[in-house]
Amino acid sequence: MATQRKPRLAVWKFASCDGCQLSLLDCEEELLAVVEQVEIAYFLEASRAVVEGPYDLSLVEGSITTPADIERIREIREASRFLVAIGACATAGGIQALRNFGDVREFAAAVYAHPEYIETLKRSAPIAEHVFVDFELRGCPINKHQLLEVIAAYLHGRKPNIPTYSVCIECKLRGTPCVMVAAGVACLGPVTQAGCHALCPAYGRGCFGCYGPMETPNTASLMTWWREQLGASPQTIVRALRTYNAGNEVFRKESEAYEHAHD
Amino acid sequence: MGAYELDGSPYALERAALQELLDVLRAHGYTTVGPQIEHGAIVYDELHRIEELPIGWTDVQEGGSYRLERRNDDALFGYNVGPHSWKRFLSPPLRLLWRARKTEDGFEFVVDEEPPPRYAFIGVRACELHAIQQLDAIYMAGAATDKDYQRRREALFIVAVNCGKAGNTCFCASLGTGPGVGPGYDIALTELLDGEHRFVAVAGSVRGAEILETIPHRSATDADIALAEATIAQAARRMGRSLETAGLKELLYRNIDHPRWEAVAQRCLTCGACTMVCPTCFCFSIEDATDLSGQVAERWRRFDSCFTLAFSFISSGSVRTSAKARYRQWLMHKLAAWQDQFGAIGCVGCGRCITWCPVGIDITAEAAALRAEESGQLQPEPAAV
Ligand code: SF4
Ligand code: SF4
Ligand code: SF4
Ligand code: SF4
Repeated sequence: MATQRKPRLAVWKFASCDGCQLSLLDCEEELLAVVEQVEIAYFLEASRAVVEGPYDLSLVEGSITTPADIERIREIREASRFLVAIGACATAGGIQALRNFGDVREFAAAVYAHPEYIETLKRSAPIAEHVFVDFELRGCPINKHQLLEVIAAYLHGRKPNIPTYSVCIECKLRGTPCVMVAAGVACLGPVTQAGCHALCPAYGRGCFGCYGPMETPNTASLMTWWREQLGASPQTIVRALRTYNAGNEVFRKESEAYEHAHD
Repeated sequence: MGAYELDGSPYALERAALQELLDVLRAHGYTTVGPQIEHGAIVYDELHRIEELPIGWTDVQEGGSYRLERRNDDALFGYNVGPHSWKRFLSPPLRLLWRARKTEDGFEFVVDEEPPPRYAFIGVRACELHAIQQLDAIYMAGAATDKDYQRRREALFIVAVNCGKAGNTCFCASLGTGPGVGPGYDIALTELLDGEHRFVAVAGSVRGAEILETIPHRSATDADIALAEATIAQAARRMGRSLETAGLKELLYRNIDHPRWEAVAQRCLTCGACTMVCPTCFCFSIEDATDLSGQVAERWRRFDSCFTLAFSFISSGSVRTSAKARYRQWLMHKLAAWQDQFGAIGCVGCGRCITWCPVGIDITAEAAALRAEESGQLQPEPAAV
């Protein structure tokens, strides 16, 4: 039976920088509209009051990096009707997934005086690797307009309108001339999912791939073009593919193809 | 293609008269739009002064590459087409169709009665004029007329420019869509750079003739006209690419399962850039949005591309999942199915899709490869490399 109470929203944090949660706070004016529609039941970044579950919508920021994280995300899943992973950490493992390419014990030994106290997983994993996720909202950080769209969609029981096509389409919609074609700047836009409104190309920079791979990414073709036409070195390619979405399968595999190549 | 024939009684204009042309058009209530340099490319934007044109610049285009270079003169129109096309002014990439608000007993429409601007396009090329006419046939087809497009289109004033040079990716001559402009303009200009810097101007409509009368001019001499024709003929001879149109539709339909589609799919990024820059690609999607409170609903119209998965999404999934299916759909529609649908090839030979493809995929090379293989010739190397 439908109740009169407002839907309850929770915002959870795992291994992350808080940037995506800040996108929600950054909504300012719209945030007032959000609190009119939902009860913010758990959001440490915004308030100290904590309400017990269950929750109608959980937004989860951050990646799973410790055994305790695994326990906690399972509990959150149990207590949530819908669970939306937000940001590159929660959807791909984040920049901390660079550990996935090395030996985490070596890193711990190099950083901590007593690495034996450090309990950590070998890999930094996206939320969906451990629990069922209803929707993944990409970006590093996420785009606040997309976040509001996702919240509105779940409030009204409709599908979020979040395109999965390339950043190129956003460049063209806003009328930005292509930086790769007009200036020879290496750009990840053709293999990256839209969402930022082609922010970097609008400022003459190539896309950094913050939103992860687009729906049908052809990274092999783009990297061949970077190599042969733009003169990118294998190291440049590896570095470009290993940032916030390094842990994503598509970018990981393509970066590995160039890892041992030489000029 | 023979020498281009100028019709009407041509005038000769001095460079200064072009500023007067802009001023007169603006005084008549037109928003003048023309080529300008922005972010290293020649784009279309509101134009107030002739000095804002890319004076003395040209563009060097190849598959996946575009660079501006200095000319050794002060030509106002010494380049070809860039990443923008006029369609973004006639059919904006994002347009609010309506907004509705919930009321006690239903909902009410909130009407946005801002009339669209009355545009005067300055520097429309022959290929682009053909592209606008293609859009007319699509968006103003009887009962399916797009009212917003129609309003913009009917108010439109077109100052066309004959091309004095052709780009490396241009191929209008082989399609009969350029480089000299055909009917449909209000005023057509040909820039003459030999001797005194001047323009041969021809009116193509009554209002074009009226506007021309109000700006300083003299009658063009036979020498002016001969030079204008020679300039256009030279552009036609120096065209970087060509497309063989004989039996093209049948050729493509016969080769629906050709291995070449798989080869181009290896390179295609399915990024959609080609469709977005194409002046005749007309597809859009309709998107509905609600606000957080659920009190306001909006319907938007947005450029779409046949290279996205959502484009062919029906009930439970996309019909064209592979890059092969999507590239083939695009090329087949442009060059073959368009003929069945609209009675013409859907390509005007502007070369934008070649230049602005991030990996330089070339529609003319793909069509030529199918033809060459069929006739037993060696398959040419892909033009991208
Ligand atoms: S700048 Fe990058 S994202 Fe934009 S169109 Fe070019 S390749 Fe695509
Ligand atoms: S298909 Fe390519 S060359 Fe033909 S009109 Fe479109 S962009 Fe221009
Ligand atoms: S395709 Fe023809 S009309 Fe169009 S810009 Fe090139 S030369 Fe001019
Ligand atoms: S042909 Fe080129 S521009 Fe078009 S979708 Fe493929 S890679 Fe993108």
